[in-house]
Amino acid sequence: MAKTESTLKNMVLTLLVITCVAGASLGFMYELTKGPIEAAKAAKQKAAITEVVPDFNNNPGEEVYELTSKEGFILKFFPAKKDGELVGIAIETMTNKGFSGDIKIMLGIKPDGSIINYQVLEHKETPGLGTKMADWFKTDKGNQSIIAKHPKTNKLLVSKDGGEVDAITAATISSRAFLDAVRVAYETYTENQSNPTVTSNTSVEEGGTE
Amino acid sequence: MSQWNNFSKGFFKENAVFTLLLGMCPTLGVTSSAIDGLGMGLATTFVLVMSNLVVALIKNLIPDKVRIPAFIVVIATFVTIVEMTMQAYVPALFDSLGLFIPLIVVNCLVLGRAEAYASKNNIGSSIIDGLGMGLGFAMALTILGAIRELLGSGKIFGTVIFPEDYGMLVFVLAPGAFIALGYLIAFINQVKKEA
Repeated sequence: MAKTESTLKNMVLTLLVITCVAGASLGFMYELTKGPIEAAKAAKQKAAITEVVPDFNNNPGEEVYELTSKEGFILKFFPAKKDGELVGIAIETMTNKGFSGDIKIMLGIKPDGSIINYQVLEHKETPGLGTKMADWFKTDKGNQSIIAKHPKTNKLLVSKDGGEVDAITAATISSRAFLDAVRVAYETYTENQSNPTVTSNTSVEEGGTE
Repeated sequence: MSQWNNFSKGFFKENAVFTLLLGMCPTLGVTSSAIDGLGMGLATTFVLVMSNLVVALIKNLIPDKVRIPAFIVVIATFVTIVEMTMQAYVPALFDSLGLFIPLIVVNCLVLGRAEAYASKNNIGSSIIDGLGMGLGFAMALTILGAIRELLGSGKIFGTVIFPEDYGMLVFVLAPGAFIALGYLIAFINQVKKEA
């Protein structure tokens, strides 16, 4: 087959045909993978929720509601219920104070506000330093764990800032950011409770006063 | 050149990373662990084989003056397919490779093979060339990733070899990529000299 000449008509036609074929095949692939991609995302979200709240038997993904924090972040609240009773809330919270970029965590709290567990969803912190936050704040060693603490009675700041949580070694900024995301979640949660009109149909108990 | 030589040149004689020094961006960027390196290498291999195949197929239809944009569109299409497939079926790997998947488009290894090999050879040799080059690239990335993971965090493919506290953190960070790659290339050049 002879080589196509580089005339204007040939060049325009060739590129047109190639881009059309490429576009069509991508559209086909998109349709094909759309379902699995959404399923994978939903599975990831479900796994994160299951990790941070106690046993539940409703579908928190369906009862999700969104609230805007003071900082303008949009947080997602997943109420976890066992036989209709609220046992915990998984809050997808975030902060922009990370060492590099935003940090998103899924924080599980009891209806009274004390922390059950957390999982780091997304971050761009330094490997080997800031990335340790995935386990650091749930390891029961020294004062580094935030599990079972209450943001109201416990001062959840790194010890350098006068708080009672040990920061990750050599990653104070990441630790501060992590605790900031916790604070954002808690503040948005309590604010929402003192203003029940925003609350969705859930019968949320009064904020913790222990 | 026999087809076996055509295939095996990508592993040692013309290895993309160790000899041609092509595709340095993903090489240095994603090799903080062996599994990331392997995933990146296999994704690149797929793109390389498919783009070599298509470029060899349509090489005579494309006017010379627009061949580069045409090749790039072909490559970008396959990269997007890889991206969507990974996101759907291996979301964990997709999360850790992140931005580097779309960046395969501008990996000079892929365009380099399309331009220098597939646009001048038949379909069969082009596929073999893409496969050899791609697997050679994957091998290099896996070796580099394994070395950095071992020295940096005491693990290979997630299996603990020694406790993480004794690891040299620098090897997981960006400077470690340059140091490890430099020593690897020096070692391979030494082997070549003796051979």
